[in-house]
Amino acid sequence: MSGVLIIAEQRRGELRPVSLELVSAAQVLRRAGEEIAVAVLSAAPETFVEALSVAGVDEIVTIKVPAPEFDPDIFESAVGALIAGRSPDVVLVAHSVDSFGYAAALAARLGLGFATDVFKVERIDGELVATRGGYGQKVNVEVDFPKRGTVLLALRANVFKPPERAASPRVTAFDAPPAASRSAGREFIELSAGDDVDMAAAEFILTIGRGIGEEAKVPQFRELADAIGATLGCSRPIADAGWLPKSRQVGQSGKTASACKLYIAMGVSGAIQHLAGMKHVSTIVAVNTDAEASIFGVAKYGIVGDVFEIADELRRLF
Amino acid sequence: MKILVAVKQVAALDEDFAIRGDGRDVDPDFLIRDLNEWDDFSLEEAVKIKEGRSEPVEVVVVSVGSDEVDESLRKCLAKGADRAIRVWDSGVEGSDSIAIARVLAAVARREAPQMLFAGVQSSDQSFASTGIATASFLGWPHAAVVSSLTYSPGAQSAVFRRELEGGLLHEVEIQCPAVLTIQLGINTPRYASLRSIKQAAAKPIEVLSLADVSLGAADVGEAGSLSRVRRMYVPDKGRAQLIAGDAARQAARLAEIIREFKGAGA
Repeated sequence: MSGVLIIAEQRRGELRPVSLELVSAAQVLRRAGEEIAVAVLSAAPETFVEALSVAGVDEIVTIKVPAPEFDPDIFESAVGALIAGRSPDVVLVAHSVDSFGYAAALAARLGLGFATDVFKVERIDGELVATRGGYGQKVNVEVDFPKRGTVLLALRANVFKPPERAASPRVTAFDAPPAASRSAGREFIELSAGDDVDMAAAEFILTIGRGIGEEAKVPQFRELADAIGATLGCSRPIADAGWLPKSRQVGQSGKTASACKLYIAMGVSGAIQHLAGMKHVSTIVAVNTDAEASIFGVAKYGIVGDVFEIADELRRLF
Repeated sequence: MKILVAVKQVAALDEDFAIRGDGRDVDPDFLIRDLNEWDDFSLEEAVKIKEGRSEPVEVVVVSVGSDEVDESLRKCLAKGADRAIRVWDSGVEGSDSIAIARVLAAVARREAPQMLFAGVQSSDQSFASTGIATASFLGWPHAAVVSSLTYSPGAQSAVFRRELEGGLLHEVEIQCPAVLTIQLGINTPRYASLRSIKQAAAKPIEVLSLADVSLGAADVGEAGSLSRVRRMYVPDKGRAQLIAGDAARQAARLAEIIREFKGAGA
């Protein structure tokens, strides 16, 4: 067992940014003298070489696969063959929808040490220790991998900093054995819900969550958002219930509040998937009745209180 | 025709909780148990498919756990599952999601359904891996994070959309039988009526041992797992600066923050 192997992630011709974040984690785990290799699977893997040529990467492994986009069978087979051929100490993938589709299957089949949604990696007395959240992120859980050779870790996005400097790693092609796919990707569909709001461009967002309780309360928050000049957003349960269009959902599977500078979250508990879309905002104000809500862990200001009372009082001031 | 739905009874933490003596889990006295939120959606998806067909479709729920789990299984029976299976052996304690998947796969072999649903992830440990690992043990086609599905029981294939990051969907056709992990929002889970709750009490929960599904002690627990919990602890969290006072004062401070932002932007 030697070295760290990273599986880069790409979609529709673009390298996903998390791919480079994995390089920083690899540097923590690499033992002295060991190499970091990044593998990229694509119908045209050579097109990603430039983007992957960053400091810390020793080798880029291009794997030409017959699927234009992610395919669980083809990815599992190719990555499995690469692991069998190289016996890396650690394999890093992103904790993402694509890896949800094959990483556990690969780990189960090859008997790899395995943990997902890992946000901290370290070596303690030489042994790999990964930290993840437990019980809805209320506790931290350190896991290790006794008696496992290769360990496969799926790392949380936006935790590790991507390297900034470019470099010139060597490029190797890996011939993956042919694999049969049992599913066929058809098309991509962009979520648009007949609502022309652009959450990614909004600088000031007022978001409502499960805490508002019922659909009948939505109009008063829409009116409040208008009055204070904010764009109205929501967390997943509100969009799933159809109270607001999906295009207003902030979070991992919705929109990222990329341009936001002030974010007011009312009745949002702060599930990890929601935080992924907004925790970077410089000024977050959380209003929640539950003083233990996770949202207070990322907010700059917190108001523990009744969201309706606060909303009513705030409305009077504008 | 049969659809197997794998469910988990998850645990949430009580407001005040304590870490267990060995430092590797929370003291079970402080856990509040309920059916995993994702599993409510995968069960509903199976029941909807059953109700949309004229020929009989059986919906079977399966879970791994002690008799405490019966409460969640009864809930599933009240929401439309026809029967429930629970597998338990004290050796299962300390199993990770992969060891649990091995047990679920063994039940699936015995039940031979045409389709298996699992939730994308559990709300407590959030590994997002049990369903896909189950597919691996079965050697079945699989897909994760399904947010819409078109499937007729017994069909050779199903068409679904995977929910990707950033508001993108990917439409895929898959061969069946398959394992699909189901995302929140794919449907609107029903509430159980009083009548269905009463009827559920009469529906069977079959309890199986590991031997009943041809597994042994080495397949579960620490030996059958790919990871081991070394330590569990409460992290030092960044804490928001709390705005004190009654609602009027809190709102006044919030209004100030909003005006500061607007002033800076102007």
